[in-house]
Amino acid sequence: MADGNCLISNEWICGEYVRTRGQELTDATLEHVWITLASVAIGLLVAFPLALLARRWRAVSGPVLGLTTVLYTVPSLAMFSLLLPVFGVSVAVVITGLVLYSLTILVRNIMAGLASVPEEAREAARGMGYGPLRLLFGVELPLALPALMAGLRITTVSTVSLTTVGAIIGYGGLGNLIYEGMRSFFKAEVLTASVLCVALAVVADLLLLALQRLLTPWARKSRKGTT
Amino acid sequence: MDVVAKAWTWLATGSHWAGPDGVWHRLGQHLFLTFACLAIACAVALPIAVALGHIGKGGALAVNISNAGRAVPTFAVLVLLLLSPLGTHGEWPTIIALVLFAIPPLLTNAYVGVNEADQEVVEAARGMGMTGGQLIRRVELPLAFPLIMTGVRTAAVQVVATATLAALPGGGGLGRIITAGFRLTDTPQVVAGAVLVAALALVVEGVFVVLGLLLDPMRRRTGRRLAASRRPPADQAPASPALTT
Repeated sequence: MADGNCLISNEWICGEYVRTRGQELTDATLEHVWITLASVAIGLLVAFPLALLARRWRAVSGPVLGLTTVLYTVPSLAMFSLLLPVFGVSVAVVITGLVLYSLTILVRNIMAGLASVPEEAREAARGMGYGPLRLLFGVELPLALPALMAGLRITTVSTVSLTTVGAIIGYGGLGNLIYEGMRSFFKAEVLTASVLCVALAVVADLLLLALQRLLTPWARKSRKGTT
Repeated sequence: MDVVAKAWTWLATGSHWAGPDGVWHRLGQHLFLTFACLAIACAVALPIAVALGHIGKGGALAVNISNAGRAVPTFAVLVLLLLSPLGTHGEWPTIIALVLFAIPPLLTNAYVGVNEADQEVVEAARGMGMTGGQLIRRVELPLAFPLIMTGVRTAAVQVVATATLAALPGGGGLGRIITAGFRLTDTPQVVAGAVLVAALALVVEGVFVVLGLLLDPMRRRTGRRLAASRRPPADQAPASPALTT
């Protein structure tokens, strides 16, 4: 079959589509990437102090864990819709929604990571004269990294896939193409965008795995990357 | 805020609850889809997971399916199924997508639960001469029950969420109130619909939490001690909300 025909015959796989709409695909992918990056980065910035607070005061940990879990239960379409009156139709709706989702996993993982730091390591650091801040960033955080990174990977992968729902307000990255393709029954557009989206999730996951290996050279021999 | 008040007015208006586009009908569609798909997914996933967990193999499979499920956008799968030849068959694309997304948490939790059932108890039961089937029914399933129920609850909430998305390609369910609101640029209706959907998700989660506590066959016998020892391994537990929440 000639390449140009697949646009007319509406095939699933169409090289001509990728060639002629390359710019559109690149733009959508870039939007997807930056929405994901912004959401995960903000999520991390919010989750870290929350996890520290929840660790410090037991009275905080219950409400924090409960609230983030409840937020995680709210379906994405509803989450974005509920934020709509707050921000109007803007990319902030999607990013805020994604940040709220990321908190459940990030807070739990940071807390679990910090809890897994052996008491002897803390004692040793204190004995060497480490203050609380240096103890946190010099000893506890590096030792908590595997759990933190595991949470970060899960968060990133699900954020990539949830971003597509942002198409409902027009800020869904590749989701916009899927939405558009759905309305016009244009198969190549839907499949290409979906495949790009999954590929994006896989690439992000592998990059974070590589980063984790770089950051925790001491754990290399034992860990098998099951999570 | 103004929108909130208007959304409340929308919800309080009786005519919005009646008729084929009304809340009651949409809620009925949503609940029907949820329970039908949850039942199908359980019927498919639980026997496989329990069998694999009993033999002690296939753990990597369960975990990988669960992780892959996260990477695939629900919305993309819905639209892909809709544009496939299945799309002409009414609700089937939605049902298949819902079942597909319910399977990973069911499979992973049931596998881990059965596989991690206290080995000493399993050994003791085997020493008493129990056959494989008896072991599953009388030892492993009761021990794995809390984790299996966690999987069912996660799956149920996911199906509720996915059934909401089904409204984007024009399926039924409560999501339709939201998408219709978007089409009419009627923000109060969008917010009202979102409140309904969020409330339903929370209610479903709550109902399954209570069911899990009430139906636990070990409830009266052991208390917390055994439950604590049956947690999944430390490097898995915090990583996956499907296991912990």
